Amino acid sequence: MKELESASIEIIREAVATARNPVMMYSVGKDSSVMLHLARKAFHPAPPPFPLLHVDTRWKFKEMYAHRERMVKESGVKLITHTNPEGLAQGIGPFTHGSGYHTDVMKTQALKQALDLHQFDLVFGGARRDEEKSRAKERIFSFRSEGHRWDPKAQRPELWNLYNTRIQKGGSIRVFPISDWTEQDIWNYILQERIPIVPLYLAAERLVVKFNGQWIMVDDDRYPFKDGEQAVMKKVRFRTLGCWPLTAAVESEADTLEAVIAETLNARGSEREGRMIDTDEPGSMEKKKQEGYF
Amino acid sequence: MEQQHARDVLSFVEDQGRKETLRFITCGSVDDGKSTLIGRLLYESKNIFDDQLQALESDSKRYGTQGEKMDMALLVDGLQAEREQGITIDVAYRFFSTDKRRFIVADTPGHEQYTRNMATGASTAHVAVILVDARKGVLVQTRRHSRIVSLMGIRQVVLAVNKMDLVGFDRKVFEDIVADYRAFAADLGFEEIQAIPLSGLDGDNVVVRGANLSWYDGPSLMHHLETVEVIGAAGRSAFRMPVQLVNRPDLDFRGFCGRVAEGSVRPGDGVRVLPSGVRTTVKAVIDGFDEVDVAHTGTSITITLNDEVDASRGDVIVAAEDPAEVADQFEARLLWMAEHAMAPGRQYLMKLGCKEVTATITGIKYRQDVNTGGHMAAKTLELNEIATVDISTSAPLVFEPYATNKVLGSFILIDKLTFETVGAGMIDFALRRASNIHWQALEVDRSARAALKHQEPRCIWLTGLSGSGKSTIADLLEKRLHAQGRHTYLLDGDNVRHGLNRDLGFTEADRVENIRRVAEVSRLMVDAGLIVIVSFISPFRSERRMARDLFAAGEFMEVFVDTPLEECERRDVKGLYAKARRGELKNFTGIDSDYEVPEAPEVHLRTSGTTAEACAERLLKELG
Ligand SMILES: Nc1nc2c(ncn2[C@@H]2O[C@H](COP(=O)(O)OP(=O)(O)O)[C@@H](O)[C@H]2O)c(=O)[nH]1
Repeated sequence: MKELESASIEIIREAVATARNPVMMYSVGKDSSVMLHLARKAFHPAPPPFPLLHVDTRWKFKEMYAHRERMVKESGVKLITHTNPEGLAQGIGPFTHGSGYHTDVMKTQALKQALDLHQFDLVFGGARRDEEKSRAKERIFSFRSEGHRWDPKAQRPELWNLYNTRIQKGGSIRVFPISDWTEQDIWNYILQERIPIVPLYLAAERLVVKFNGQWIMVDDDRYPFKDGEQAVMKKVRFRTLGCWPLTAAVESEADTLEAVIAETLNARGSEREGRMIDTDEPGSMEKKKQEGYF
Repeated sequence: MEQQHARDVLSFVEDQGRKETLRFITCGSVDDGKSTLIGRLLYESKNIFDDQLQALESDSKRYGTQGEKMDMALLVDGLQAEREQGITIDVAYRFFSTDKRRFIVADTPGHEQYTRNMATGASTAHVAVILVDARKGVLVQTRRHSRIVSLMGIRQVVLAVNKMDLVGFDRKVFEDIVADYRAFAADLGFEEIQAIPLSGLDGDNVVVRGANLSWYDGPSLMHHLETVEVIGAAGRSAFRMPVQLVNRPDLDFRGFCGRVAEGSVRPGDGVRVLPSGVRTTVKAVIDGFDEVDVAHTGTSITITLNDEVDASRGDVIVAAEDPAEVADQFEARLLWMAEHAMAPGRQYLMKLGCKEVTATITGIKYRQDVNTGGHMAAKTLELNEIATVDISTSAPLVFEPYATNKVLGSFILIDKLTFETVGAGMIDFALRRASNIHWQALEVDRSARAALKHQEPRCIWLTGLSGSGKSTIADLLEKRLHAQGRHTYLLDGDNVRHGLNRDLGFTEADRVENIRRVAEVSRLMVDAGLIVIVSFISPFRSERRMARDLFAAGEFMEVFVDTPLEECERRDVKGLYAKARRGELKNFTGIDSDYEVPEAPEVHLRTSGTTAEACAERLLKELG
């Protein structure tokens, strides 16, 4: 754990030491929580010298917004939020426009807008190599050309812990400080360090409906109930958090962090399973990445 | 019950926290079964989730090479394009853990860009697993992979003899391959070679010992990886921490952030900041949110110091009594990673630790053929080629030989225009110490002063008749040096006779004293780090010898400005010869006082038929 922590802090410091205008993606989820914690350790006693960026699709769980406010207050970090204004004006949502289109407009496009608007040249992201096959080859310092495109051929070799942080004009870097962490490491660290997380990760009685064969929590009144369809109370928790209509809940009794860890240990489903965007077709994540999805 | 459960998890998490991570690299040629083997390690260690397994089953039907059997290799092949072509093209990192350890596997393919990718994967690995197909034995590729692994400083290898099922689990086949390999690897510097016969496809000896291999009494691959002791670098352990950044939130706090590259550090420890060599002591060691009593190798910390010393990103804080070396010329092994060739003489950015400088490859000693191990002459270095080279840097670097310390011994070269990472290098030793400043950093000494000026202090002593051209040449020379950014001073009759030596006349005794003082002053100035140009007639050998003896070998350069007396007298710029001839000037050199011609001057300038500019140019060349 110590080694993972030290390596991540080294990466964060290296990035900040050389970037002109860095920002940290903050999705409010567990990986972001760990990343923020590491950043706070890296610069203690000062607060992290960069803002957090939350790309708000307006479809996040209410508890996520509450947690976000709490963490901003506690850490003393500046928060920038961005919502795609055109998407908002057109009322784009996952139920009306489909998950793929919603994610593209409200997440991928919105992120590009935010980066262009603030001219960030370095963006910390919380992706891990163990999440998905195509991530296994992702660099820790991942270079994007103009237009934020990721070209697998243009990536730089990373030897030792020597990172080439130089950025071409017009380009930007994504930096993934927790690349080498596994889902298990994340949970262990959260427990060890007592890092606050959104309560949705713990099992509780929640109002859910079956949608495309998975449990969806009805977080507000935007769920389009079909005739006769009814939400039910189930004891569920979430393995990953995103837009509520796109994040499946799993039935669970694990209502403490310890129990969640115990369950994760025995889990027979990878965490991306709960993320609906990933299951459409082989290599789908890869395609998303080339288009600029984080 | 609930409580008991929670406690179990907590102690489990604590155990997890203590678990070491073993990083290893797998090397094999295409189709040796590398992906299959890694897939099996993941599968057998239960790091494959049900949904991934489901995907695997459907993928197996679509892309698999194993018919109805599940194709383990598909668990690890990543990017879609390569998957469709059935090959892997980069370095991929895989994770799994057992009760004993966490593992990070660097998976690199065996073709085309092999050297670069393999070097990347090997750079952070503790152990290399070298795969051999039992039917094929040790191949050229096996040798190549082993050489790269050895070059990158890996000392422990596993020789995994795969596809034993295809040779009937024959013991003799295995033993012959092992003997063959050991003979070849004898001079690669491996400290440990563990040979394991296995079948990645069927699983024999991957995790559990297979019944088919009952004649083998060593560990299974997994068991070996779980228990192998990682051999650290050579004995010494002196504190070294490259400064990544200076954390200065307000005037009261100045923290130096970095990751301990070697040794440990405690509050109160004596340290030096290199390259300046300034000494101070550690005030506090901060690890995360806490002040701690000690921090060890590998930990990212912030330290505060007891004195207001100047330290910035790229400097290295080291144990005061056991500092690292500082140099600006090195012999290193270099792996070229770019499409366009490396040309000696071109400038690149070089990053070592947290320091970036400009570097030039001054020469290629020889290129090493990774297939044969042979040495060849080379003028340039192409993609994936490895050579032993001389490197010179624009500023002194704090370093350690790679064999002693990987953090301070490794570097990358970056193209100045495209910012691509074009080379990776490992320092063997310094060709020349830039300075040994840190040994006497308490007293600022001559080399410390000189290092600050980036020059070698010299005394250039111009001797010759009055009117021979000394002053003109000296003047031109100083201008040229100054333009090059050198720190100089010119001593001549004008600025010495009117001040320091105004009490001296032209008697022989006074002339001797005159030269003695000038020599002493120039010695002080050389000590101060300057390039001093002395322009005095200095007619006597013994005084010139006296001056010479004040300096270290190589510091004193005697220049005989040789112009025939007739010519000097014809020029007679100041009308002195005329006066002397008229007897108005006593003891005038060349007229009524001797000029003793230098017997072995460093430079003999015959001025007839040439210009003062050419003479100055010649001296500039001599200075190097
Ligand atoms: N019979 C046998 N075949 C194997 C074994 N290991 C791998 N193979 C096969 O060898 C081929 C190449 O394997 P793969 O893992 O893709 O090789 P890679 O190119 O090194 O990654 C595939 O058809 C595998 O099924 C083994 O132990 N025994």
